[in-house]
Amino acid sequence: MTHSGKAAVTLPTDTQILIVRDFDAPRHLVYRAYTEPDLIERWWSGERGKVTSAEVDLRVGGRWRYVMVANEGFEVAFHGTFREIVPDERLVSTELYEGAPGVTEDDATVNETTFADADGLTRLTTLVECHTREVRDMIIESGMEGGMQEAMDRLEQVARSLA
Amino acid sequence: MARAATTTDPFNAVAEPRRRLILDVLAGGERPVGDLVERLGVSQPVVSKHLRVLREVGLVDVRDAGRQRIYRLNGRSLKPIHDWVARYEDTWNERFDRLDTVLEELKRKEQEDGRDDA
Repeated sequence: MTHSGKAAVTLPTDTQILIVRDFDAPRHLVYRAYTEPDLIERWWSGERGKVTSAEVDLRVGGRWRYVMVANEGFEVAFHGTFREIVPDERLVSTELYEGAPGVTEDDATVNETTFADADGLTRLTTLVECHTREVRDMIIESGMEGGMQEAMDRLEQVARSLA
Repeated sequence: MARAATTTDPFNAVAEPRRRLILDVLAGGERPVGDLVERLGVSQPVVSKHLRVLREVGLVDVRDAGRQRIYRLNGRSLKPIHDWVARYEDTWNERFDRLDTVLEELKRKEQEDGRDDA
């Protein structure tokens, strides 16, 4: 069926997370799956739960919010605001995990997602920019988005090559 | 005592940018201290201090070759860090595997619609 393989997650700097994945589908469809609520509901929770709500007001300044009930029963919600929208090409939005204690809107990450043609596939690239290394590490530590630990960066690429 | 944490695990050891740079350089192959001093553009005592921290957490190994001390990366000790990121990666892989399924369906639907239009 598909041959798009696996996501590559790297840490280009102390405050960034880069996620890259190729999809065997045209760009406009990947964009749709990424922005249309009824489609988001089908993939965003992965195997970790069920999406119970996906709201997307796809315009600059518009808000998005996803809610998932994890397999363990608790609810996980994220929301943010769109800052840039170039259909089928690029999205910039903020993202905030609502469950972390004491979070404010200032803790939101800025996520830049691009949809690019790549040898007949579509390359989805998301760069997550965090305010601090602590926030970045918390996101990684959670495995999902929300937790805690210390740091590193391109080293991950080294680790990957050696693992 | 606060400084002790630096030497207790690889996560803390790699939190220092210069130490990461050392690891990056060593990722390209083993190097004598002199090479590292040159690459980092800082004094030998500074490099030696960082190398000591890296050695204490097992991130680098050292061997003597004549009058030189040669350092190399110890890949195995990077595994906890790799694993740390890998869990996050798993989350995204689960999502994207599902997204693949959604996309297959969208493609099929689009092809069918295309036929209807024709």
